[in-house]
Amino acid sequence: MELLRLATAGSVDDGKSTLIGRLLYDSKSIFEDQLEAVERVSEQRGDEYTNLALLTDGLRAEREQGITIDVAYRYFATPKRKFIIADTPGHIQYTRNMVTGASTADLAIVLVDARHGILEQSRRHAFIASLLRIPHLVLAINKMDLVDYDQDTYDRIKDEFRAWASRLDITDISFIPMSALKGDNVVHRSENMPWYEGSSLLHHIEEVYIASDRNLKDPRFPVQYVLRPMSDAHHDYRGYAGTMAGGVFKPGDEVMVLPSGFTSTIRSIDFGGRAITEAFAPMSVAITLNDEIDISRGDMLCRPHNQPTIGQDVDAMICWMTEAATLHVGAKYAIKHTTRTARALVKDVHYRLDINSLHRDEGPAAIGLNEIGRVSLRTTVPLFFDDYRRNRDTGSFILIDETTNTTVGAGMIVGATQ
Amino acid sequence: MDYELTNLQTLEAESIHIIREVAAEFERPCLLFSGGKDSVVMMHLALKAFAPCKLPFPVMHVDTGHNFDEVIEFRDRTVSTFDLRMIVASVQDSIDQGRVAEEQGPRASRNRLQTTTLLDAIESNEFDAVFGGARRDEEKARAKERVYSFRDDFGQWDPKNQRPELWSLYNGRHRKGEHIRVFPISNWTELDIWQYIAECNIDLPSIYYAHKRQVVERDGMLLGLHPALQLLDGEEPFEALVRYRTVGDATGTGAVESDAATPEAVILEVAATRITERGATRADDRISEAGMEDRKREGYF
Repeated sequence: MELLRLATAGSVDDGKSTLIGRLLYDSKSIFEDQLEAVERVSEQRGDEYTNLALLTDGLRAEREQGITIDVAYRYFATPKRKFIIADTPGHIQYTRNMVTGASTADLAIVLVDARHGILEQSRRHAFIASLLRIPHLVLAINKMDLVDYDQDTYDRIKDEFRAWASRLDITDISFIPMSALKGDNVVHRSENMPWYEGSSLLHHIEEVYIASDRNLKDPRFPVQYVLRPMSDAHHDYRGYAGTMAGGVFKPGDEVMVLPSGFTSTIRSIDFGGRAITEAFAPMSVAITLNDEIDISRGDMLCRPHNQPTIGQDVDAMICWMTEAATLHVGAKYAIKHTTRTARALVKDVHYRLDINSLHRDEGPAAIGLNEIGRVSLRTTVPLFFDDYRRNRDTGSFILIDETTNTTVGAGMIVGATQ
Repeated sequence: MDYELTNLQTLEAESIHIIREVAAEFERPCLLFSGGKDSVVMMHLALKAFAPCKLPFPVMHVDTGHNFDEVIEFRDRTVSTFDLRMIVASVQDSIDQGRVAEEQGPRASRNRLQTTTLLDAIESNEFDAVFGGARRDEEKARAKERVYSFRDDFGQWDPKNQRPELWSLYNGRHRKGEHIRVFPISNWTELDIWQYIAECNIDLPSIYYAHKRQVVERDGMLLGLHPALQLLDGEEPFEALVRYRTVGDATGTGAVESDAATPEAVILEVAATRITERGATRADDRISEAGMEDRKREGYF
């Protein structure tokens, strides 16, 4: 059984919580005591119907304000797949939390209210999904029951979105007309929309092909930790522990170590103390080599003829996540990229992107909270990176404010600074 | 070869990555080990992460003193089998030292007192990272918590001000006196845990499987007789075939009627159950709608 990570975006008004509630309920993933608790609280609050949002809005502040502030993770499984839903907030002031939930997703569901069509918020959600390279996007056109299951309404929204999204980098978009409240096209195909020939949402997320989304071409192994047992039984053992960040490695493969440039061959790939025949992303393994080379955390194993870019000058798209300070030229941060940590200086802020119009605001003074822009960074040590489009693991980094220790920026590498 | 991983393999890889990341970046990590199934699975993942080395950090048991004998026996056996370093932080010691006052009455619980014992032990051992076996599917406040959960000087969690957490890049930075709670099995469900236990043949305390026990019924739960459990008027002990779904303080953890005697039988039972494990068996979670959030803010597990 495979694991699929979903991110949902939309506000309570779009019916997002109802949709999640229905997926959980219809897949028997809501338990009786949880439902009773929600019913009890709904009744106390005087809600007219059982408010399924209370299932996911777990924090006191969220319940009080009736909004989603932070990502909630929910789990359900069908006989085909296990799903992790990162239920993210829709409001612009919580964009950073949406980015958190979206960063690891295989598929994003963006909800649209059929009565209102594509709003600013829907565009922002789709843009973030494309920026973070979520491979699959579903535009769920919800509340079709309130427009009499009208095909023209659906077609109009679909065409409008397609036209706008052609400027984005999304490889796979699906459109599903549905009513989360009535259950149309959520788990079962709707009889109210015979004109729709596609699958239900559940069927779609059970079947969508995700295996090819991973990078199996470029072997990358950032060394996390060195295993030296210091015991008689394993006297000479020296294993490099880490998580495959791309490609495939097998015993016997020739590898190159960065930054030293030394080469060796793989003696064994071990998992839990046992030798295995190959490793690919995202497996966590230990690799031993046939030569004794000085290797430590932050180094990377790759192939001599397939290396990442090595450099200290990086261009990236940054999503800024703090209100305490802006991102501007001259600012310095700690940068965490794969297993390397260094310091980074902001050399240039090229443009700020208006998420709604996709307009580039050239040469802004700074990038503020929840804004996205393109910058050039100079790092204190070389990083071993790939384009984020090619590899999410070796193409991403975070910026950390060294005074407050908080994570302030999420970066997606575009390439080396030219 | 199709280069696909199963759900359990994916979760396992993610957990091992997190555990290694902590060992690499922190000075003094420690792994909370209660003998409960989640902490047992977490401990096995940690062993896999560092094989053939021993665990590069100690395990710590926060001991309420109200234990199931089978769990203590299991704990000590496990420590010896895997050659672990164990620290026991005792709630009884905290009471004796006047750090906390024992609750009174037949419904008294040491659940809340554990927080002080835990925080004192973190401080005195200077732990900067503490692994916990909490899962996000357990409870709605936990569903909101990051894998790396920052705690201030007082051990408090601030749910409205959590650090963004992206990709597999974890930010463990903190000042002296602050620490990070790390939850490597955040994304596992109760069913995943049991499937993993079955697949890897992981040993658990015997009380997780069906056995006969003298119990009383209280608040819709079956509580096993225990020296620390005071019976209420009208409570008549009777024998039942039960098992435990969670392991906590013996006075507040209920058993469920069950004839599941093997991991496979438990999986069938868990897959069919309609009540969450905490709802079914934990008196401490029934305090209020926000019971867990409030306790977590104070520094609870």
